[in-house]
Amino acid sequence: MQISIASGKGGTGKTLVATNLALSIPDQPVQLMDCDVEEPNAHIFFQGQPVSRITVTRPVPKVDAEKCRHCGTCSEVCAFNAIALLDKMVLTFDDLCHSCGACWYLCPHKAIEPLEKEIGTVEKTDVGDMVLVTGKLKIGSHISPPVIKKVKEQSLPEGINIIDGPPGSSCPVMETVEGTDYCVLVTEPTPFGLNDLTLAVKMVKTLGVPCGVVINRDGPDSVMVEEFCRDNNIKILMRIPLDVGIAESYAQGIPLVKENPAWKERFEKLYRSIVEEVQA
Amino acid sequence: MKIAISSQGDSTHSQVNPRLGRCEKFIIYDTDTGKNTAVDNGGRLSSGGAGIATARMLADLGVNVVITGFVGPKAFAALKTAGIKVYTGAQGTVEESLQLYQQNKLEEAQSANAGAHSGI
Amino acid sequence: MKELTVISGKGGTGKTSIVAAFTTLAEDAVFCDCDVDAANLHLLLEPKTVKVTEFYGMKKASIDKEKCIQCGRCADMCSFGAITGSTVNELACEGCRLCYHICPVEAVEMVDHLAGHWFVSETSRGPFVHAKLGIAEGNSGLLVAEVRKEARRIAEEKGRSLIITDGPPGIGCPVISSLADTSMALIVTEPTASGIHDLERIVQVAKNFDCYIAVCINKYNLNEENSRYIEGISRKLKVPVVGRISYDTTMHRAVVNKKPVTLVPEGKVQQEIKDLWAEVYNIIKTIK
Repeated sequence: MQISIASGKGGTGKTLVATNLALSIPDQPVQLMDCDVEEPNAHIFFQGQPVSRITVTRPVPKVDAEKCRHCGTCSEVCAFNAIALLDKMVLTFDDLCHSCGACWYLCPHKAIEPLEKEIGTVEKTDVGDMVLVTGKLKIGSHISPPVIKKVKEQSLPEGINIIDGPPGSSCPVMETVEGTDYCVLVTEPTPFGLNDLTLAVKMVKTLGVPCGVVINRDGPDSVMVEEFCRDNNIKILMRIPLDVGIAESYAQGIPLVKENPAWKERFEKLYRSIVEEVQA
Repeated sequence: MKIAISSQGDSTHSQVNPRLGRCEKFIIYDTDTGKNTAVDNGGRLSSGGAGIATARMLADLGVNVVITGFVGPKAFAALKTAGIKVYTGAQGTVEESLQLYQQNKLEEAQSANAGAHSGI
Repeated sequence: MKELTVISGKGGTGKTSIVAAFTTLAEDAVFCDCDVDAANLHLLLEPKTVKVTEFYGMKKASIDKEKCIQCGRCADMCSFGAITGSTVNELACEGCRLCYHICPVEAVEMVDHLAGHWFVSETSRGPFVHAKLGIAEGNSGLLVAEVRKEARRIAEEKGRSLIITDGPPGIGCPVISSLADTSMALIVTEPTASGIHDLERIVQVAKNFDCYIAVCINKYNLNEENSRYIEGISRKLKVPVVGRISYDTTMHRAVVNKKPVTLVPEGKVQQEIKDLWAEVYNIIKTIK
């Protein structure tokens, strides 16, 4: 089973929920997968032994100067200005390339070949109770979906995969949530939180993935989130109170369930509600 | 020889646009005929790599020298490959910048003087 | 004209709350929200929208079913898996035009694609430019560029000397787009393990641009040891810490009431934000 964790807005406690949920699932092999490849954070809460490291690549054009007849077809067909014929030379700009293949398929002289270029890594770490899979985009690379895809490919077929996504509701979030069995949306009871939750719900519905809500920093203001969930028929799965203690243990990089066993029970309950929802 | 100046408008009295890839127009001064021509910079509408598209256009037009404010690393590499000399530090109107160039008061760029993506 | 761009690397550090407070302290500024994926600043500024403009992203492929002979070449060759039969999935299509070029019967057309909207609004404290990108639309970098261009145009037209920009989170394309050509980047961080982790990455990104970089530690007293650590990193990276703001539920209350924190009754954080603004404004005035 794949459970994705998303939040329209950054800083609502997505990683808090993902790490603690992963640590509270009983009797099953568990994997925590960090798909926030621009800013992977889950590893901060764990120490462990590296198990493996995979390089993620994508193809970019390589021009064979011997075969090139300087016809300029590649420049003309590239929609991203990533390849340009200038005078008698073809220049390529890998960071603009979308790997669509137009230049190598359409070169009339077969002078262009795809060359695999590193854009990120996927690392597996044994953190004791489970395996942590971290995707990391190389600085200078801007295209994260291939790295996210590679992280998701590492899912345990027979086990529970908790997939922590990037904030927002843009392409990388879609890539993370798409095809998962359930999506947990973490929000906070502020106008910011609600505004972004509304966007996230639209996104998840577009993808046809069932979802439920966790309210972080729960308090009297949660009323606005409750109304929204009622109107949209979305289940509130869990509430985490506004508590300086929680903020402090998070700041120190200690998972909540390790600091306080009562929380382990509550996150296990969250897990059971998700399973119920998926089976419903 | 053809000299292109990045401009905000159609004439030599227009203000210089210091951004190479995203400027609206180029005024092209032909030193052989003494004539000025304004051309649209279609490359500025690119979602990325505007400087590269601009360099290609200037190369196709047979430009030898370009005068502008800032040039990023990709555009600089493209212009250099096309054999186009780049002079930065243009200011005021197109005419004033051309005069600065003719008086040897502009410096030929040896590398990019703006960060990547400046024009985005 | 100068521009201050407030960024954060990590989301949720309080960037937008601080920008909202700045709008009450700055005189003579234009405000701009570049977090086009999940814009929030409008919630605190009570804007009255005066102009809405459609934003078209890159053209996307569309297949004429009458002309299509179902040969399947486009679907086989599409690197984005965006074509099934003779239907293009608009969410997956990146507009590369390969299908357009290879179709043997010219059944593929590249069509305009409405990706979002941007708005010019009036607030009680100055003009405000903001945007909304459609769900899961890419190309936010281009929309950020549009929004900033409009903010500059308005600043010039109205003779305002400063643009204050709420930047997007992360270190990706939209952030790069919002830093290009700015005068100063203010990084709002927090003393959490994630805040520390992301700070170094975002400073590295900002250093690619010709702008003045400074750091503000929000929720300073949440973990003073971490805050001191951030000060150490900042020293190492040669970026000054220009503000320290306490963790105070007043900030949270202000957001719940949809107000900049400086407009709710006085407290400690308000003074800290005023001090931060004074520092920032001093720097902005002196840099070129």
